[in-house]
Amino acid sequence: MANVLEIEKLNFTYVDTWKKVVSDFDLAVPEEEVVVLAGPSGCGKSTLLRAVNGLIPHMYGGQYSGSVTVAGKSVKDTPMRDLAQTVGFLFQNPENQIFMFSVERDIAFGLENLGVPRPEMRKRVDEAISLLGIEHLAQRAPHELSDGQKQRVALAGVLAMRPRLVILDEPTSLLDPRTAAELVELVGRLRKETGATFVIVEHRLDLVTRVADRMVVMDRGAKVLDGTPSQVLFGDEAELYGIAVPAATRLQKLLAKDGAVGTDRLMGPEELAAETGRGKK
Amino acid sequence: MIRFEDVVFVHQNGVRALDGVSLDIPDGETVAIVGENGAGKTTLVKHVTGLLKPREGRVLVDGVDTTSVSTARLSRKVGVAFQNPDHQLFSESVREEVAFALRNFQFPEDMIEKRVKLELGQFGLAEYERSSPLVLSGGEKKRLTLACILAWDPGIVILDEPTVGQDAIQKEKLSETIRMLRSQGKTVIVVSHDIEFLWPLQPRTIVMKSGKVVGDGPAKECMLDSEVLRSARVAQPQLVSFYRHLSERPADPFVDPLDAKRWLSGGRAG
Repeated sequence: MANVLEIEKLNFTYVDTWKKVVSDFDLAVPEEEVVVLAGPSGCGKSTLLRAVNGLIPHMYGGQYSGSVTVAGKSVKDTPMRDLAQTVGFLFQNPENQIFMFSVERDIAFGLENLGVPRPEMRKRVDEAISLLGIEHLAQRAPHELSDGQKQRVALAGVLAMRPRLVILDEPTSLLDPRTAAELVELVGRLRKETGATFVIVEHRLDLVTRVADRMVVMDRGAKVLDGTPSQVLFGDEAELYGIAVPAATRLQKLLAKDGAVGTDRLMGPEELAAETGRGKK
Repeated sequence: MIRFEDVVFVHQNGVRALDGVSLDIPDGETVAIVGENGAGKTTLVKHVTGLLKPREGRVLVDGVDTTSVSTARLSRKVGVAFQNPDHQLFSESVREEVAFALRNFQFPEDMIEKRVKLELGQFGLAEYERSSPLVLSGGEKKRLTLACILAWDPGIVILDEPTVGQDAIQKEKLSETIRMLRSQGKTVIVVSHDIEFLWPLQPRTIVMKSGKVVGDGPAKECMLDSEVLRSARVAQPQLVSFYRHLSERPADPFVDPLDAKRWLSGGRAG
Protein backbone atom coordinates (compact mmCIF):
# COMPACT_ATOMS: atom_id res chain seq x y z
CA MET A 1 0.00 0.00 0.00
CA ALA A 2 1.23 3.46 -0.83
CA ASN A 3 2.32 5.73 1.97
CA VAL A 4 0.15 8.79 2.47
CA LEU A 5 2.69 10.45 4.73
CA GLU A 6 6.45 10.14 4.43
CA ILE A 7 8.78 12.04 6.70
CA GLU A 8 12.49 11.54 6.06
CA LYS A 9 15.32 12.79 8.25
CA LEU A 10 13.37 15.88 9.24
CA ASN A 11 15.20 18.48 11.32
CA PHE A 12 13.78 21.82 12.29
CA THR A 13 15.04 24.72 14.41
CA TYR A 14 12.91 27.84 14.99
CA VAL A 15 14.65 31.01 14.03
CA ASP A 16 13.95 32.82 17.30
CA THR A 17 15.09 30.23 19.86
CA TRP A 18 17.80 28.25 17.99
CA LYS A 19 16.69 25.12 19.76
CA LYS A 20 16.36 22.03 17.59
CA VAL A 21 12.72 21.02 17.99
CA VAL A 22 12.51 18.13 15.52
CA SER A 23 15.53 15.91 15.19
CA ASP A 24 16.25 13.29 12.47
CA PHE A 25 12.60 12.27 12.42
CA ASP A 26 11.51 9.43 10.10
CA LEU A 27 7.96 8.18 9.70
CA ALA A 28 6.03 6.44 6.93
CA VAL A 29 2.27 6.08 7.31
CA PRO A 30 0.36 3.88 4.84
CA GLU A 31 -3.16 4.57 3.61
CA GLU A 32 -6.04 4.17 6.04
CA GLU A 33 -3.85 3.85 9.07
CA VAL A 34 -4.82 5.56 12.34
CA VAL A 35 -1.71 6.69 14.19
CA VAL A 36 -1.57 8.11 17.71
CA LEU A 37 1.27 10.53 18.28
CA ALA A 38 2.19 10.90 21.94
CA GLY A 39 4.95 12.37 24.04
CA PRO A 40 5.53 14.78 26.92
CA SER A 41 4.65 18.46 26.61
CA GLY A 42 7.26 20.34 24.65
CA CYS A 43 8.54 17.20 22.90
CA GLY A 44 8.00 18.71 19.45
CA LYS A 45 4.62 17.21 18.48
CA SER A 46 3.05 20.51 17.48
CA THR A 47 6.09 21.47 15.45
CA LEU A 48 6.05 18.14 13.66
CA LEU A 49 2.37 18.59 12.78
CA ARG A 50 3.10 22.07 11.43
CA ALA A 51 5.73 20.54 9.18
CA VAL A 52 3.08 18.14 7.87
CA ASN A 53 0.35 20.68 7.14
CA GLY A 54 2.82 23.16 5.64
CA LEU A 55 2.77 25.92 8.27
CA ILE A 56 6.43 24.94 8.46
CA PRO A 57 8.26 26.07 6.33
CA HIS A 58 5.66 28.30 4.61
CA MET A 59 4.70 30.40 7.63
CA TYR A 60 7.33 29.78 10.31
CA GLY A 61 10.96 30.59 9.58
CA GLY A 62 13.81 28.40 10.70
CA GLN A 63 16.45 25.90 9.75
CA TYR A 64 14.85 23.06 7.82
CA SER A 65 16.37 19.91 6.44
CA GLY A 66 15.00 16.57 5.29
CA SER A 67 11.66 16.08 3.58
CA VAL A 68 7.94 15.70 4.26
CA THR A 69 5.73 14.24 1.54
CA VAL A 70 1.94 13.98 1.75
CA ALA A 71 0.12 11.95 -0.92
CA GLY A 72 3.14 12.35 -3.18
CA LYS A 73 3.40 16.13 -2.75
CA SER A 74 6.50 17.61 -1.22
CA VAL A 75 5.18 19.89 1.55
CA LYS A 76 8.08 22.30 1.19
CA ASP A 77 7.51 22.78 -2.55
CA THR A 78 3.68 22.79 -2.55
CA PRO A 79 1.75 26.03 -1.98
CA MET A 80 -0.45 26.11 1.17
CA ARG A 81 -3.52 26.39 -1.02
CA ASP A 82 -2.87 22.99 -2.62
CA LEU A 83 -1.88 21.43 0.68
CA ALA A 84 -5.20 22.52 2.17
CA GLN A 85 -6.90 19.97 -0.09
CA THR A 86 -4.56 17.18 0.94
CA VAL A 87 -4.06 17.65 4.66
CA GLY A 88 -6.97 18.45 6.97
CA PHE A 89 -6.31 19.81 10.44
CA LEU A 90 -8.66 19.77 13.42
CA PHE A 91 -7.57 21.99 16.28
CA GLN A 92 -7.94 21.32 19.97
CA ASN A 93 -10.46 24.11 20.35
CA PRO A 94 -13.16 24.18 17.66
CA GLU A 95 -13.71 27.88 18.43
CA ASN A 96 -10.53 28.46 16.44
CA GLN A 97 -12.04 27.19 13.25
CA ILE A 98 -15.74 27.86 13.25
CA PHE A 99 -16.87 31.44 12.85
CA MET A 100 -19.68 31.70 10.27
CA PHE A 101 -23.37 32.34 10.96
CA SER A 102 -24.63 28.92 10.03
CA VAL A 103 -23.21 25.45 10.31
CA GLU A 104 -23.56 24.89 6.55
CA ARG A 105 -21.67 28.06 5.71
CA ASP A 106 -18.97 27.05 8.11
CA ILE A 107 -18.54 23.67 6.51
CA ALA A 108 -18.44 25.31 3.07
CA PHE A 109 -15.87 27.92 4.09
CA GLY A 110 -12.74 26.09 2.92
CA LEU A 111 -14.37 25.14 -0.37
CA GLU A 112 -15.52 28.73 -0.97
CA ASN A 113 -11.98 29.91 -0.49
CA LEU A 114 -10.78 27.49 -3.12
CA GLY A 115 -13.46 28.69 -5.54
CA VAL A 116 -15.09 25.27 -5.87
CA PRO A 117 -18.15 25.56 -8.19
CA ARG A 118 -21.53 25.79 -6.38
CA PRO A 119 -23.03 22.40 -7.34
CA GLU A 120 -19.83 20.60 -6.34
CA MET A 121 -19.73 22.56 -3.10
CA ARG A 122 -23.32 21.63 -2.30
CA LYS A 123 -22.54 17.98 -2.91
CA ARG A 124 -19.46 17.95 -0.71
CA VAL A 125 -21.10 19.87 2.12
CA ASP A 126 -24.05 17.46 2.12
CA GLU A 127 -21.68 14.53 2.04
CA ALA A 128 -19.71 15.85 5.04
CA ILE A 129 -22.95 16.55 6.95
CA SER A 130 -24.18 13.05 6.39
CA LEU A 131 -20.81 11.45 7.24
CA LEU A 132 -20.93 13.12 10.63
CA GLY A 133 -24.66 12.64 11.14
CA ILE A 134 -25.28 16.35 11.80
CA GLU A 135 -28.23 16.94 9.44
CA HIS A 136 -30.18 18.34 12.39
CA LEU A 137 -27.54 21.00 12.98
CA ALA A 138 -27.11 22.23 9.40
CA GLN A 139 -29.24 25.35 9.78
CA ARG A 140 -28.20 26.19 13.34
CA ALA A 141 -25.80 28.94 14.36
CA PRO A 142 -22.45 27.47 15.42
CA HIS A 143 -22.25 29.52 18.62
CA GLU A 144 -25.45 27.86 19.91
CA LEU A 145 -23.95 24.39 19.74
CA SER A 146 -22.44 22.31 22.54
CA ASP A 147 -18.69 21.70 22.54
CA GLY A 148 -19.06 18.18 21.15
CA GLN A 149 -21.34 19.45 18.36
CA LYS A 150 -18.89 22.25 17.51
CA GLN A 151 -16.10 19.71 17.26
CA ARG A 152 -18.22 17.68 14.81
CA VAL A 153 -18.97 20.75 12.71
CA ALA A 154 -15.28 21.67 12.57
CA LEU A 155 -14.46 18.10 11.53
CA ALA A 156 -17.14 18.23 8.80
CA GLY A 157 -15.46 21.37 7.46
CA VAL A 158 -12.17 19.51 7.36
CA LEU A 159 -13.65 16.44 5.62
CA ALA A 160 -15.52 18.52 3.03
CA MET A 161 -12.10 19.26 1.55
CA ARG A 162 -11.71 15.49 1.03
CA PRO A 163 -8.22 15.36 2.51
CA ARG A 164 -6.11 12.22 2.19
CA LEU A 165 -4.58 12.86 5.59
CA VAL A 166 -6.45 14.22 8.61
CA ILE A 167 -4.56 15.51 11.65
CA LEU A 168 -6.39 15.83 14.95
CA ASP A 169 -4.55 17.84 17.62
CA GLU A 170 -5.85 16.81 21.06
CA PRO A 171 -9.41 16.74 19.74
CA THR A 172 -11.00 15.54 22.98
CA SER A 173 -9.25 17.66 25.58
CA LEU A 174 -12.21 20.00 26.04
CA LEU A 175 -14.88 17.31 25.77
CA ASP A 176 -16.46 15.35 28.56
CA PRO A 177 -15.54 11.65 28.57
CA ARG A 178 -18.70 10.33 26.90
CA THR A 179 -18.58 12.94 24.16
CA ALA A 180 -14.86 12.25 23.74
CA ALA A 181 -15.53 8.50 23.36
CA GLU A 182 -18.14 9.24 20.69
CA LEU A 183 -15.68 11.39 18.75
CA VAL A 184 -13.03 8.68 18.86
CA GLU A 185 -15.50 6.02 17.68
CA LEU A 186 -16.45 8.40 14.88
CA VAL A 187 -12.83 8.49 13.73
CA GLY A 188 -12.84 4.69 13.50
CA ARG A 189 -15.92 4.82 11.29
CA LEU A 190 -14.69 7.72 9.15
CA ARG A 191 -11.47 5.91 8.37
CA LYS A 192 -13.51 3.06 6.86
CA GLU A 193 -15.95 5.30 5.03
CA THR A 194 -13.57 7.90 3.62
CA GLY A 195 -10.37 5.88 3.26
CA ALA A 196 -8.48 8.81 4.82
CA THR A 197 -5.44 8.37 7.03
CA PHE A 198 -5.55 9.83 10.53
CA VAL A 199 -2.83 11.14 12.81
CA ILE A 200 -4.13 11.94 16.30
CA VAL A 201 -2.27 13.70 19.08
CA GLU A 202 -3.99 12.63 22.27
CA HIS A 203 -3.33 12.16 25.97
CA ARG A 204 -6.44 10.10 26.67
CA LEU A 205 -5.00 6.80 25.57
CA ASP A 206 -7.78 4.65 27.02
CA LEU A 207 -10.06 6.10 24.33
CA VAL A 208 -7.86 6.48 21.35
CA THR A 209 -6.15 3.10 21.49
CA ARG A 210 -9.55 1.56 20.69
CA VAL A 211 -9.28 2.77 17.11
CA ALA A 212 -5.54 3.23 16.59
CA ASP A 213 -3.41 0.77 14.59
CA ARG A 214 -0.18 2.30 15.65
CA MET A 215 1.40 4.46 18.32
CA VAL A 216 4.42 6.70 17.85
CA VAL A 217 6.11 8.32 20.85
CA MET A 218 8.26 11.42 20.52
CA ASP A 219 10.75 12.78 23.01
CA ARG A 220 13.00 15.80 22.57
CA GLY A 221 12.20 16.03 18.90
CA ALA A 222 13.07 12.43 18.07
CA LYS A 223 10.98 9.32 17.50
CA VAL A 224 11.66 7.01 20.44
CA LEU A 225 8.94 4.34 20.24
CA ASP A 226 6.92 3.06 17.30
CA GLY A 227 4.65 0.02 17.28
CA THR A 228 1.11 -1.18 17.85
CA PRO A 229 -0.54 0.43 20.90
CA SER A 230 -0.16 -2.83 22.83
CA GLN A 231 3.56 -3.14 22.00
CA VAL A 232 4.20 0.43 23.09
CA LEU A 233 2.05 0.43 26.23
CA PHE A 234 3.13 -3.01 27.50
CA GLY A 235 6.78 -2.10 26.98
CA ASP A 236 8.73 -0.77 29.93
CA GLU A 237 9.76 2.47 28.30
CA ALA A 238 6.41 4.21 27.74
CA GLU A 239 6.13 5.50 31.31
CA LEU A 240 9.68 6.83 31.20
CA TYR A 241 8.63 9.07 28.35
CA GLY A 242 5.75 10.51 30.31
CA ILE A 243 3.04 8.45 28.61
CA ALA A 244 -0.07 8.04 30.75
CA VAL A 245 -0.62 4.29 30.60
CA PRO A 246 -4.33 3.69 31.31
CA ALA A 247 -5.18 1.99 34.63
CA ALA A 248 -6.69 -1.08 32.95
CA THR A 249 -3.55 -1.49 30.85
CA ARG A 250 -1.32 -1.22 33.93
CA LEU A 251 -3.44 -3.90 35.58
CA GLN A 252 -3.30 -6.11 32.48
CA LYS A 253 0.47 -5.80 32.52
CA LEU A 254 0.65 -6.78 36.20
CA LEU A 255 -1.63 -9.76 35.69
CA ALA A 256 0.30 -10.86 32.60
CA LYS A 257 3.45 -11.26 34.74
CA ASP A 258 1.80 -14.27 36.40
CA GLY A 259 0.47 -15.49 33.09
CA ALA A 260 -3.12 -14.77 34.16
CA VAL A 261 -3.83 -12.89 30.92
CA GLY A 262 -2.09 -12.38 27.60
CA THR A 263 -0.61 -9.19 26.17
CA ASP A 264 -1.33 -9.74 22.49
CA ARG A 265 -3.93 -6.97 22.59
CA LEU A 266 -5.13 -4.21 24.90
CA MET A 267 -8.18 -5.19 26.90
CA GLY A 268 -10.87 -2.95 28.32
CA PRO A 269 -11.88 -3.43 31.98
CA GLU A 270 -14.78 -5.77 31.19
CA GLU A 271 -12.79 -8.02 28.90
CA LEU A 272 -9.93 -8.05 31.39
CA ALA A 273 -12.26 -9.22 34.18
CA ALA A 274 -13.52 -12.03 31.93
CA GLU A 275 -9.98 -13.08 30.94
CA THR A 276 -8.90 -13.55 34.55
CA GLY A 277 -11.48 -16.32 34.78
CA ARG A 278 -13.10 -14.47 37.67
CA GLY A 279 -15.52 -12.42 35.64
CA LYS A 280 -19.29 -12.41 35.89
CA LYS A 281 -20.89 -15.14 33.89
CA MET B 1 -17.14 25.99 55.45
CA ILE B 2 -18.94 26.58 52.18
CA ARG B 3 -22.72 26.37 52.20
CA PHE B 4 -25.14 26.47 49.26
CA GLU B 5 -28.78 26.93 50.29
CA ASP B 6 -31.18 26.07 47.48
CA VAL B 7 -29.23 28.15 44.97
CA VAL B 8 -30.74 29.04 41.60
CA PHE B 9 -28.80 30.84 38.89
CA VAL B 10 -30.23 31.71 35.48
CA HIS B 11 -28.03 32.76 32.55
CA GLN B 12 -29.05 35.67 30.33
CA ASN B 13 -30.20 33.18 27.69
CA GLY B 14 -32.70 31.71 30.18
CA VAL B 15 -30.79 28.51 30.93
CA ARG B 16 -31.07 27.51 34.60
CA ALA B 17 -27.37 26.79 35.16
CA LEU B 18 -27.97 26.05 38.83
CA ASP B 19 -31.37 24.67 39.63
CA GLY B 20 -31.80 24.38 43.39
CA VAL B 21 -28.36 23.37 44.64
CA SER B 22 -27.87 22.72 48.36
CA LEU B 23 -24.46 21.63 49.62
CA ASP B 24 -22.17 21.83 52.64
CA ILE B 25 -18.44 21.61 52.12
CA PRO B 26 -16.64 21.52 55.49
CA ASP B 27 -13.12 22.97 55.85
CA GLY B 28 -10.31 20.70 54.72
CA GLU B 29 -12.39 18.55 52.41
CA THR B 30 -11.18 17.55 48.92
CA VAL B 31 -14.11 17.67 46.52
CA ALA B 32 -14.38 16.67 42.86
CA ILE B 33 -17.16 18.09 40.72
CA VAL B 34 -17.96 16.03 37.65
CA GLY B 35 -20.59 16.11 34.92
CA GLU B 36 -20.91 16.73 31.20
CA ASN B 37 -20.15 20.08 29.56
CA GLY B 38 -22.89 22.53 30.43
CA ALA B 39 -23.96 20.69 33.60
CA GLY B 40 -23.26 23.78 35.74
CA LYS B 41 -19.88 22.87 37.27
CA THR B 42 -18.08 26.13 36.46
CA THR B 43 -21.16 28.17 37.39
CA LEU B 44 -21.15 26.43 40.76
CA VAL B 45 -17.53 27.30 41.55
CA LYS B 46 -18.01 30.89 40.36
CA HIS B 47 -20.57 31.20 43.13
CA VAL B 48 -17.96 30.23 45.70
CA THR B 49 -15.65 32.98 44.44
CA GLY B 50 -18.52 35.48 44.41
CA LEU B 51 -18.02 36.17 40.69
CA LEU B 52 -21.63 35.11 40.27
CA LYS B 53 -24.37 35.77 42.81
CA PRO B 54 -27.42 33.55 43.16
CA ARG B 55 -30.77 34.66 41.79
CA GLU B 56 -32.45 32.65 44.51
CA GLY B 57 -31.04 31.07 47.66
CA ARG B 58 -27.77 31.91 49.40
CA VAL B 59 -24.09 31.03 49.22
CA LEU B 60 -22.15 31.35 52.48
CA VAL B 61 -18.37 31.22 52.70
CA ASP B 62 -17.21 30.94 56.32
CA GLY B 63 -20.64 32.10 57.34
CA VAL B 64 -20.56 35.23 55.18
CA ASP B 65 -23.18 35.70 52.47
CA THR B 66 -21.35 36.25 49.14
CA THR B 67 -23.79 39.01 48.20
CA SER B 68 -22.67 41.05 51.22
CA VAL B 69 -18.92 41.15 50.44
CA SER B 70 -16.90 42.23 47.42
CA THR B 71 -15.35 39.58 45.16
CA ALA B 72 -11.99 41.17 45.96
CA ARG B 73 -12.43 40.53 49.68
CA LEU B 74 -13.62 36.98 49.11
CA SER B 75 -10.60 36.26 46.94
CA ARG B 76 -8.37 36.51 50.00
CA LYS B 77 -10.06 33.31 51.15
CA VAL B 78 -10.78 31.67 47.82
CA GLY B 79 -8.18 31.14 45.09
CA VAL B 80 -9.34 29.88 41.72
CA ALA B 81 -7.42 28.67 38.67
CA PHE B 82 -9.81 28.89 35.73
CA GLN B 83 -9.94 26.46 32.85
CA ASN B 84 -8.45 28.95 30.41
CA PRO B 85 -5.31 30.53 31.91
CA ASP B 86 -5.40 33.32 29.31
CA HIS B 87 -8.38 34.73 31.18
CA GLN B 88 -6.31 35.48 34.24
CA LEU B 89 -2.75 36.23 33.08
CA PHE B 90 -1.99 39.83 32.18
CA SER B 91 1.30 40.99 33.75
CA GLU B 92 4.51 41.78 31.90
CA SER B 93 6.56 39.09 33.53
CA VAL B 94 6.00 35.78 35.26
CA ARG B 95 7.32 37.14 38.57
CA GLU B 96 5.06 40.20 38.38
CA GLU B 97 2.14 37.90 37.71
CA VAL B 98 2.73 36.06 40.98
CA ALA B 99 3.48 39.29 42.87
CA PHE B 100 0.36 41.06 41.62
CA ALA B 101 -2.19 39.70 44.07
CA LEU B 102 0.33 39.81 46.93
CA ARG B 103 0.75 43.57 46.36
CA ASN B 104 -3.01 43.99 46.27
CA PHE B 105 -3.27 42.19 49.57
CA GLN B 106 -0.53 44.52 50.87
CA PHE B 107 2.04 41.90 51.75
CA PRO B 108 5.41 43.54 52.63
CA GLU B 109 7.93 43.60 49.73
CA ASP B 110 10.45 41.21 51.31
CA MET B 111 7.65 38.72 51.92
CA ILE B 112 6.50 39.07 48.31
CA GLU B 113 10.04 38.37 47.14
CA LYS B 114 10.16 35.15 49.17
CA ARG B 115 6.72 33.88 48.16
CA VAL B 116 7.38 34.51 44.47
CA LYS B 117 10.65 32.55 44.59
CA LEU B 118 9.07 29.72 46.53
CA GLU B 119 6.07 29.28 44.22
CA LEU B 120 8.01 29.60 40.96
CA GLY B 121 10.45 26.97 42.22
CA GLN B 122 7.62 24.70 43.33
CA PHE B 123 5.98 24.77 39.90
CA GLY B 124 9.16 24.50 37.81
CA LEU B 125 8.87 28.05 36.48
CA ALA B 126 11.97 29.67 38.01
CA GLU B 127 13.74 29.88 34.65
CA TYR B 128 10.89 31.99 33.23
CA GLU B 129 10.92 34.53 36.07
CA ARG B 130 11.57 37.47 33.74
CA SER B 131 9.75 36.14 30.67
CA SER B 132 6.32 37.31 29.60
CA PRO B 133 3.55 34.88 30.63
CA LEU B 134 2.50 34.94 26.96
CA VAL B 135 5.53 32.91 25.84
CA LEU B 136 4.67 30.00 28.14
CA SER B 137 3.10 26.80 26.79
CA GLY B 138 -0.50 25.99 27.71
CA GLY B 139 0.61 23.60 30.45
CA GLU B 140 3.07 26.12 31.89
CA LYS B 141 0.43 28.85 31.95
CA LYS B 142 -1.82 26.54 33.95
CA ARG B 143 0.94 25.94 36.46
CA LEU B 144 1.57 29.70 36.67
CA THR B 145 -2.07 30.40 37.57
CA LEU B 146 -1.76 27.82 40.32
CA ALA B 147 1.49 29.39 41.58
CA CYS B 148 -0.24 32.80 41.67
CA ILE B 149 -3.05 31.51 43.84
CA LEU B 150 -1.01 29.45 46.26
CA ALA B 151 1.30 32.44 46.78
CA TRP B 152 -1.29 34.18 48.94
CA ASP B 153 -2.22 31.00 50.78
CA PRO B 154 -6.01 31.02 50.52
CA GLY B 155 -7.94 28.52 52.62
CA ILE B 156 -10.05 27.38 49.67
CA VAL B 157 -8.40 26.42 46.38
CA ILE B 158 -10.50 25.81 43.28
CA LEU B 159 -9.05 24.15 40.19
CA ASP B 160 -11.18 24.16 37.03
CA GLU B 161 -10.04 21.45 34.59
CA PRO B 162 -6.44 21.52 35.83
CA THR B 163 -5.25 18.53 33.76
CA VAL B 164 -6.12 19.84 30.29
CA GLY B 165 -2.93 20.07 28.23
CA GLN B 166 -0.81 18.42 30.97
CA ASP B 167 1.17 15.27 30.26
CA ALA B 168 1.42 12.30 32.61
CA ILE B 169 4.45 13.63 34.49
CA GLN B 170 2.84 17.03 35.10
CA LYS B 171 -0.41 15.36 36.14
CA GLU B 172 1.50 13.35 38.71
CA LYS B 173 2.99 16.58 40.09
CA LEU B 174 -0.41 18.19 40.15
CA SER B 175 -1.74 15.21 42.06
CA GLU B 176 1.09 15.64 44.60
CA THR B 177 0.23 19.34 44.92
CA ILE B 178 -3.39 18.48 45.69
CA ARG B 179 -2.29 15.95 48.32
CA MET B 180 -0.02 18.60 49.84
CA LEU B 181 -2.86 21.17 49.99
CA ARG B 182 -5.04 18.53 51.59
CA SER B 183 -2.42 17.82 54.25
CA GLN B 184 -2.19 21.58 54.92
CA GLY B 185 -5.88 21.43 55.80
CA LYS B 186 -7.07 23.45 52.82
CA THR B 187 -10.39 22.93 51.11
CA VAL B 188 -9.68 21.82 47.54
CA ILE B 189 -12.38 21.80 44.86
CA VAL B 190 -11.44 20.21 41.54
CA VAL B 191 -13.72 20.47 38.51
CA SER B 192 -12.62 17.85 36.00
CA HIS B 193 -13.60 15.47 33.22
CA ASP B 194 -10.48 13.50 33.96
CA ILE B 195 -11.97 10.71 36.03
CA GLU B 196 -8.77 8.66 35.92
CA PHE B 197 -6.88 11.60 37.44
CA LEU B 198 -9.46 12.06 40.20
CA TRP B 199 -9.89 8.41 41.15
CA PRO B 200 -6.58 7.84 43.02
CA LEU B 201 -7.24 11.01 45.06
CA GLN B 202 -10.49 9.49 46.35
CA PRO B 203 -12.25 12.83 46.77
CA ARG B 204 -15.80 13.41 47.88
CA THR B 205 -17.48 13.40 44.47
CA ILE B 206 -20.35 15.63 43.41
CA VAL B 207 -22.08 14.64 40.17
CA MET B 208 -23.96 17.41 38.36
CA LYS B 209 -26.51 17.28 35.60
CA SER B 210 -28.55 20.13 34.12
CA GLY B 211 -27.82 22.45 37.05
CA LYS B 212 -28.71 19.88 39.72
CA VAL B 213 -26.64 17.73 42.05
CA VAL B 214 -27.57 14.14 41.13
CA GLY B 215 -24.88 12.32 43.11
CA ASP B 216 -22.83 13.23 46.17
CA GLY B 217 -20.64 10.99 48.30
CA PRO B 218 -17.24 9.36 48.68
CA ALA B 219 -15.65 8.51 45.30
CA LYS B 220 -15.98 4.79 46.10
CA GLU B 221 -19.74 5.06 46.39
CA CYS B 222 -20.39 7.65 43.71
CA MET B 223 -18.30 5.97 41.05
CA LEU B 224 -20.07 2.65 41.60
CA ASP B 225 -23.46 4.12 40.82
CA SER B 226 -23.54 3.28 37.12
CA GLU B 227 -27.10 4.56 36.74
CA VAL B 228 -26.25 8.06 37.94
CA LEU B 229 -22.99 8.13 35.98
CA ARG B 230 -24.73 7.12 32.76
CA SER B 231 -27.49 9.68 33.13
CA ALA B 232 -24.93 12.43 33.89
CA ARG B 233 -22.67 11.23 31.04
CA VAL B 234 -19.74 10.68 33.37
CA ALA B 235 -17.30 7.87 32.61
CA GLN B 236 -16.61 5.21 35.22
CA PRO B 237 -12.96 4.80 36.29
CA GLN B 238 -11.46 1.76 34.56
CA LEU B 239 -10.63 0.03 37.84
CA VAL B 240 -14.21 0.46 39.06
CA SER B 241 -15.52 -0.98 35.82
CA PHE B 242 -13.13 -3.93 36.21
CA TYR B 243 -14.30 -4.44 39.81
CA ARG B 244 -17.94 -4.40 38.77
CA HIS B 245 -17.34 -7.13 36.23
CA LEU B 246 -15.86 -9.59 38.72
CA SER B 247 -18.11 -12.40 39.97
CA GLU B 248 -16.72 -12.19 43.52
CA ARG B 249 -15.22 -9.01 44.83
CA PRO B 250 -13.96 -7.25 47.95
CA ALA B 251 -16.09 -4.68 49.80
CA ASP B 252 -14.51 -1.67 48.11
CA PRO B 253 -13.37 -1.08 44.52
CA PHE B 254 -9.64 -1.03 43.79
CA VAL B 255 -7.90 2.35 43.99
CA ASP B 256 -4.69 1.20 42.32
CA PRO B 257 -3.94 -1.59 39.81
CA LEU B 258 -1.69 -3.19 42.45
CA ASP B 259 -4.63 -3.52 44.87
CA ALA B 260 -6.51 -5.42 42.19
CA LYS B 261 -3.57 -7.67 41.46
CA ARG B 262 -3.03 -8.42 45.19
CA TRP B 263 -6.66 -9.24 45.74
CA LEU B 264 -6.81 -11.51 42.71
CA SER B 265 -3.67 -13.45 43.59
CA GLY B 266 -4.69 -13.69 47.27
CA GLY B 267 -8.01 -15.09 46.18
CA ARG B 268 -6.32 -17.62 43.93
CA ALA B 269 -3.97 -18.82 46.69
CA GLY B 270 -6.90 -19.29 49.04
